[in-house]
Amino acid sequence: MRPAAQADVLPGAGPGAGSGVRRAVIAEDSVLLRIGLVKVLEMAGFEVAAEAGDAQGLLAAVEEHRPDIAVVDVRMPPGFTDEGVRAALSIRQRWPATAVLLLSQYVEERYAADLLATNTSGVGYLLKQRVADVEEFIEALRRVASGGTALDPQVVAQLLVRRSSDPLERLTARERDVLALMAEGRSNAGIAAQLVVSESAVAKHINNILAKLDLPKADADHRRVLAVLHFLGVGG
Amino acid sequence: MTIPPRLRRFLVRLRRDILFIAAGVPLHIVPPLLFLWALTQLIGILDGSSDAAPLVLPAPVTLLVIAGYGLTEAQRWRFRALCGVDLPRLRFTERKRQFAYNLLAGPLLGALELLLLAVVSAALAGALVLVWVSAVPATWRLAHPGYTTVASYLTILSLLVLAAVPALAGGLVRLENLVGRAVLGISRSDELARRVEDLTESRAGAVDAADAERRRIERDLHDGAQQRLVSLALNLGLAKATLTDLPPEAREVIDAAHREAKDAIEELNNLVRGLHPAVLDELGLDAALSGLAARAPLPVRLRVDLPPELPRRAAPAVEAVAYFVVSEALTNIAKHAREATRVDVTVTRLGEILRVVIADDGMGGADPSRGSGLKGLAQRVRSVDGTFRMSSPAGGPTMMSVELPCPT
Repeated sequence: MRPAAQADVLPGAGPGAGSGVRRAVIAEDSVLLRIGLVKVLEMAGFEVAAEAGDAQGLLAAVEEHRPDIAVVDVRMPPGFTDEGVRAALSIRQRWPATAVLLLSQYVEERYAADLLATNTSGVGYLLKQRVADVEEFIEALRRVASGGTALDPQVVAQLLVRRSSDPLERLTARERDVLALMAEGRSNAGIAAQLVVSESAVAKHINNILAKLDLPKADADHRRVLAVLHFLGVGG
Repeated sequence: MTIPPRLRRFLVRLRRDILFIAAGVPLHIVPPLLFLWALTQLIGILDGSSDAAPLVLPAPVTLLVIAGYGLTEAQRWRFRALCGVDLPRLRFTERKRQFAYNLLAGPLLGALELLLLAVVSAALAGALVLVWVSAVPATWRLAHPGYTTVASYLTILSLLVLAAVPALAGGLVRLENLVGRAVLGISRSDELARRVEDLTESRAGAVDAADAERRRIERDLHDGAQQRLVSLALNLGLAKATLTDLPPEAREVIDAAHREAKDAIEELNNLVRGLHPAVLDELGLDAALSGLAARAPLPVRLRVDLPPELPRRAAPAVEAVAYFVVSEALTNIAKHAREATRVDVTVTRLGEILRVVIADDGMGGADPSRGSGLKGLAQRVRSVDGTFRMSSPAGGPTMMSVELPCPT
């Protein structure tokens, strides 16, 4: 596992938060989007070490630069299907120190399950359009680069659809919201901000959820995400 | 000299009929001759009068079998070229009908043809009797003083017969047509069966072509408009995040543009998913449906029960229809089903049938004959030979059941 470079940098908290400048590699076949992504990454304080237009270029760039994070489009040449997912899986395997953030036009739980199967730290899977919400996206970027997870709300919704006939029914609507946000990889503070409630209220909800689902109590955000994802049927 | 058009037509038809009949004679006479040949050889074997017969017999028999096919083809040519009638091509294996024509109907028709040609020849000769009688030696004419009377009667009779020839020839051609079509033509049920086969094939082609077209449009939108829109929204997002010192009016404009760009992405994504989701090709029905269920505005319980040991997935066209059914049904329920709080979607594979059931707990009263959504749904189900059933009593619940054939 990656040493947790301590998560939860607040959005917009200036470049290079943490130690030194972190480096990123981008794989995206659309030139327009690549340019935009470079801007966002630089704004988030990353140094873009290399840009690639396909999976092979991505793997070569990661091997050469060993970046902190690789931002990868799922659908790339030559097949335009799931090249990005496969490349991400092999990055996770060969260079565990490199976090991977997958971007896709549509998200699928199956891919999420594949990605999270071996190691849930330093993994992100977001809809491509989330990059437009620059500040939230930057937060997710930093979270993933620091060893956290960032799952798109739609992935979480798909995971929940699959588990609709079991202990989840015992949760209140509010608790389900909190659970979904936990599964997305957010911290207590993040959840509180999203739901516009206090952090202590969030903590109370979380305790209730963990109790109702028979999940072990864990203080570290990441361990908690792990437990929730495991409960939802993905992740080791 | 100009020939009046009616006369011209008459002559053309007469010439054609006579040609048709004349061409029929050899074709109709060959099989019985071969048959007779075979018969004599057989008799030769039976009464032991011919030593060579056992060796010769196979020849006419083989010729009968092979010539049968060639003769049928020749008949097709005769009917098409001289009569304008298109007989279907019979397969070599359809011997029964070929034999029936070549050995039973053919000889009879051949006899009629010969008779007609003989009558025509005799009548022609008779009509010209006064001409050729003049070539006979004068002594004969002197010995038969009444010959002019007889010759005159003969000429008149022959002319009368000749006058009847066009009608007779026409009648024989019609008879041949009837027999030819009845024996060599295809029956109504065969014709319908062939037609159904053709239509099934061409419809499957059309369905596949439409699917391919949807895929192409999906790909084009993904590579073009979707990327551009995301890039636009991203740039607006960047502007929003970096240009913090702008006057509030300007910030509002950027804000609105940013929101609209994101909405446009959402709308386009929905459109693309309705067309043909790429995930359907890549991960199959199960994954595609869970994506649908997750995006539905009300809780969906999804159960997909496709035996994993199945040798292969359903045909792409069938999967696409199943996906479309669920997609349309969920849209419909969200839009129209009053007081629906949840939806159950069940997909099961029962042998060669893919069954999709969508049930909601709304107030019912849905009418498939109204509303283009449900009608379009039923149409697409029918396009792959599926069945569409719906029950929606007033007060609910509503259940839609679709069965799609997927042969293993």
